[in-house]
Amino acid sequence: MNTTALDTVNSPAPEFYCAEEPHPENGTLLGFWIYLMSDCFIFASLFACTAVLGTNYAAGPSAKDVFDLTGLAINTAMLLLSSVTFGFAMLEMARDRKRATLAWLAVAGLFAAAFVGLEVSEFSHLVMEGAGPDRSAFLSSFFTLVGTHGLHVTFGIIWLITLFVQVGKYGLTEDNRRRLYCLSMFWHFLDLVWVGVFSFVYLVGVLR
Amino acid sequence: MHDRSALLHFVFGRLTWSAIPYDSPILVGTFVVVAVFGIMLLGAVTYYGKWGYLWREWFTSIDHKKIGIMYIVLAVVLLLRGFADAIMMRSQQAIAFGSNMGYLPPHHYDQIFTAHGAIMIFFVAMPLIVGLMNFVMPMQIGARDVAFPFLNNFSFWMTVAGAILFMLSLFIGDFARTGWLAYPPVSELRQSPGVGVDYYIWGLQIAGVGTLLSGINMVVTILKMRAPGMTLMKMPIFTWTALCTNALIVAAFPILTASLALLSMDRYLGTHFFTNDLGGNVMMYINLIWIWGHPEVYILILPIFGVYSEIVATFSGKPLFGYSSMVYATVAIMILSYLVWLHHFFTMGSGADVNSFFALATMIISIPTGVKIFNWLFTMYRGRVRFDVPMLWTIGFLFTFTIGGMTGVMLSVAPADFLLHNSLFVVAHFHNVIIGGVVFGAFAGINYWFPKAFGFRLDPFWGKVSFWFWLVGFWVAFTPLYVLGLMGVTRRLSHFTDPSLQIWFQIAALGAFLILLGIAAFLIQIVVSIRNREALRDHTGDLWDGRTLEWSTSSPPPQYNFAFTPRVHERDAWADMKQRGYKRPTEGFRPIHMPKNTGAGVILAALAFACGFGLIWYMWWLAAASFAALVAVAIGHSFNYHRDYNIAAEEVVRVEQAYSRQLSAQVSAS
Repeated sequence: MNTTALDTVNSPAPEFYCAEEPHPENGTLLGFWIYLMSDCFIFASLFACTAVLGTNYAAGPSAKDVFDLTGLAINTAMLLLSSVTFGFAMLEMARDRKRATLAWLAVAGLFAAAFVGLEVSEFSHLVMEGAGPDRSAFLSSFFTLVGTHGLHVTFGIIWLITLFVQVGKYGLTEDNRRRLYCLSMFWHFLDLVWVGVFSFVYLVGVLR
Repeated sequence: MHDRSALLHFVFGRLTWSAIPYDSPILVGTFVVVAVFGIMLLGAVTYYGKWGYLWREWFTSIDHKKIGIMYIVLAVVLLLRGFADAIMMRSQQAIAFGSNMGYLPPHHYDQIFTAHGAIMIFFVAMPLIVGLMNFVMPMQIGARDVAFPFLNNFSFWMTVAGAILFMLSLFIGDFARTGWLAYPPVSELRQSPGVGVDYYIWGLQIAGVGTLLSGINMVVTILKMRAPGMTLMKMPIFTWTALCTNALIVAAFPILTASLALLSMDRYLGTHFFTNDLGGNVMMYINLIWIWGHPEVYILILPIFGVYSEIVATFSGKPLFGYSSMVYATVAIMILSYLVWLHHFFTMGSGADVNSFFALATMIISIPTGVKIFNWLFTMYRGRVRFDVPMLWTIGFLFTFTIGGMTGVMLSVAPADFLLHNSLFVVAHFHNVIIGGVVFGAFAGINYWFPKAFGFRLDPFWGKVSFWFWLVGFWVAFTPLYVLGLMGVTRRLSHFTDPSLQIWFQIAALGAFLILLGIAAFLIQIVVSIRNREALRDHTGDLWDGRTLEWSTSSPPPQYNFAFTPRVHERDAWADMKQRGYKRPTEGFRPIHMPKNTGAGVILAALAFACGFGLIWYMWWLAAASFAALVAVAIGHSFNYHRDYNIAAEEVVRVEQAYSRQLSAQVSAS
């Protein structure tokens, strides 16, 4: 009783094209997510370097000598607050409130700028003390991993300023909402990476 | 005087007149040839007033078909450069015995093998597969373009910028002398203080941005833009392999970016990732680069497996044997390709247990690959096989690649690898799979899809001449290297002392010249085909009796590919449509929404090129200024919200009616 095969032969030809134009879902969010995952591999490579080279002090300062956990706590608080406030901006965007969205974006941007500022001062302090990235493989991997994260945050801030202007000028249009979603993913992604840096570079570094 | 030299130093960095190699006759000769041809080409474009046409219709085009074609043109041009390197190496090794030092001094020879490897992989093989995927894949899934058409154009121009940096190193400064993966410590600043490694790093970083973005682009295209009804398991195999390859690109290229970035940190900022002193670890680089490098070889071969799958099914006149097993084999290879990187350096000394794991993982890859080989053979079995040029390349591949795969399994045996490591056996093996696999497949694909792209097929006579010279030339050139490798001859030598080896190198050189004839025949094939294009024209759009949706369009396809988005019911959608009496719609056309062309991609890539050049020559002002400009242009481009337009319905009607007339003329003529 193989009726399906017969049906295929005898039944009239089905529709082979769409009379109504199908609208494929916009792929930007998926694409940006995939980009973040590829960025994750860059960080993974840097974490791997830290894991392998993290104790190669070359008779120079060790993690215990150079890490300042109090400064780190303030620094981390800035970044986490920046993430929370960015979340508030997104909530306001969902409520279609342009001014409130912009205000929270500004707050998030300022917290992130404070984070970058603190990091730059930490870096310059270390370099002044002779614990620069050229001192040992440990410091090379530390500066590179933390610096790469910091560069990402810096670009996030530039992007945030751009979007701030664009939302201010054109409002919460569909395009701008999509862009804000992308930046939001980027922002939280960097937070997540920082949790890794915090735990595996600073805390583990001080403990071992 | 002092001020003047400080100013010169500020403006030109370390670039001085001594960087121009006018003392090397080979390079001067090359420069003259390139300059003469370049001026002739630019002059011809200017004389015929084609700059506007090229700019509007090609350079700024976001049409995936045109971008695909431009990728392949780039690959063919760079193939000539990479092959020139190959023939120089082969002739040097054929004569440099005993008191004869050959014509290439070691410092030049070392640059040649580095450039040959890096160019052939990054600027020949990669553009070939990216070009084929770009051209074919969106049409196979019934889409009108890729998900991010502007990014696609940008990706292409970034690849071009990287390629130009590589080429520029011929005439300004020199190239790396490190081998194609620039292993430290020889690639560190202390051992390679010149600009060679920096050309290598920045050329690859800039091109790598393009590759990564195009990988993301194509994954999203395949996941989001398939025609209604085309479930994953109804996708053509080429599209499946494109999906797996681009997933690999997304997951592997960032690791290359990271490894090269760390090497450049060492060179520019004095860090100690891979140095011999202060805690650096050379093997860290070698591990990282091969965690990219091994997936990379599967990035190259997987879409080519897809090409063969399409060709075997079409020219055997039946569906591909074992579609699902082909999909699972592809996915299995994709995953396994990540678990084998250490087999490139079993000699690192990581111990028997680690080596065993990687040896076994490597051997296991041959199982899904074997599944594929059998699927192709069973597709041909009891098929009505037509031996057109694409099919010849496919059969040549089946024979050549299988042997290359088996020598790969030999190398995967870790104890054997301790003897064969770094020998010519390895060189023979990877040329066996890359030429026998990727290059043959690219030629198969070019011969197969050329009529789709241009509306006329390639001349079959010269195609066959090219095929036979390549096939025979390949075996003549590389069999001797297997023999020499088994005798323990190491790679990358510019001079030999044992005269008994010379005959093998002479045979290999003969093979290289046969391949040269194969390449010449390919170029002649293109010229002859263009001249005879009326005789070779295909009016139907379905020259080979194809099975997938790209053959349902006219040749060349209209800008929008499909006037109506296809609705898919079965695998091999176009074969299904033909079998069930599909009637082409002739009315009811509507305007079609399409993205606009933009010059932003060319501008951004040009700035990236300037930035790279500044970094290579320590012209810090140029690097900083062009990077700032890059960011500014990117931001400026984001202020452009109106990137689309509609092709008017009347225009669609005009194009579709022209195709209808062409088709009916064909029917009444036959």
